Amino acid sequence: MAHAETHHAQGHHAQGQQHPIGIYLWIWLLLFVFSTFSYLVDYFQLQGMLRWSLIIIFMLLKAGFIVAIFMHMAWERLALKLAILLPPLALLVLVGLMAIEGDYTFVTRLQSFVQQIQSPHEHREVPEFTPGH
Amino acid sequence: MSHTAIVEDKATHSPRSWNTLVRDWSSDQRAFKNVPWGKAMMWIFLLSDTFIFSCFLLSYMTVRMSTLDHWPNPSKVFALHIGGQEIPLILIAIMTFVLISSSGTMALAVKYGYQKDRTKTAILMILTAILGATFVGMQAFEWTKLITEGVRPWGNPWGAPQFGSTFFMITGFHGTHVSIGVIFLIIIARKVWRGDFDIERKGFFTSRKGRYEIVETTGLYWHFVDLVWVFIFAFFYLW
Repeated sequence: MAHAETHHAQGHHAQGQQHPIGIYLWIWLLLFVFSTFSYLVDYFQLQGMLRWSLIIIFMLLKAGFIVAIFMHMAWERLALKLAILLPPLALLVLVGLMAIEGDYTFVTRLQSFVQQIQSPHEHREVPEFTPGH
Repeated sequence: MSHTAIVEDKATHSPRSWNTLVRDWSSDQRAFKNVPWGKAMMWIFLLSDTFIFSCFLLSYMTVRMSTLDHWPNPSKVFALHIGGQEIPLILIAIMTFVLISSSGTMALAVKYGYQKDRTKTAILMILTAILGATFVGMQAFEWTKLITEGVRPWGNPWGAPQFGSTFFMITGFHGTHVSIGVIFLIIIARKVWRGDFDIERKGFFTSRKGRYEIVETTGLYWHFVDLVWVFIFAFFYLW
């Protein structure tokens, strides 16, 4: 039944998520810092594995803090946590499938349109299917 | 489920333990205890939205992997001339900071909402809406700039034609979410300001008693919009 009454019984202020303001301000600051770092990755033109891993790390840190603190997931019961956080893991399967698919398409195009690779041209109205240029 | 049972449950078992997980899921009527129905439904909606945005980002990944053309460099495409200098990706960085700031003000609005501080909650929510509108404005500027430079969903002057289609699709869908969020924020902020949740005024559509929980539900949506931007920023603009 209504859970709000339970809280009322415990005290008039104890309704919903109550956390000290400091934690929000700290997370806010951290999000700014991580965003600055990820911008600097581009600004200093880091390349290759270093670039990609830094982008992913800062992205996951930001996403984690937003979900855990700002969206209060850290304080929710396990029943809700798992119901919301587990299903997106299925997307990793889709990532794998689409990576294989993308790779396959790339190789197929490479085999079919080799001519275009050998003689690249800059302004094409219709890509791929224009024979000889 | 009686109230005392929930209280006892909390006393003997941590709400984070596997034991309570099994109990919650096997209990009658409510699997998500201590969570208002509106908040649970918002989480489930956001879960479905996660899959929609993931599909967009994954189709972007697929076309970028499979194109034979050179992918336009976002660092240069989104650069701005400021004071005679070309600063890479600066517009997107500012948009990121604006959206993060709006998430911060929203988090504080939720906190003051539960403290029943009507004025602070309403002001912080309006501030969030203003920052959100600023974000959409900057996005409109960005779209205008790219369209005048010749970016179309079917091509662009710098390389792979798929750049335009994925750009307009992903940022357009995200911008729509931000715009809806701004409207949502204004509606709820007005109710907070009017004191609807202090007198538990019944909702126009649901006929249920208005509670400050709706501020947290609105907040969940808003933080999600920021969350999606984190992924777009990483995968589309920085990659």
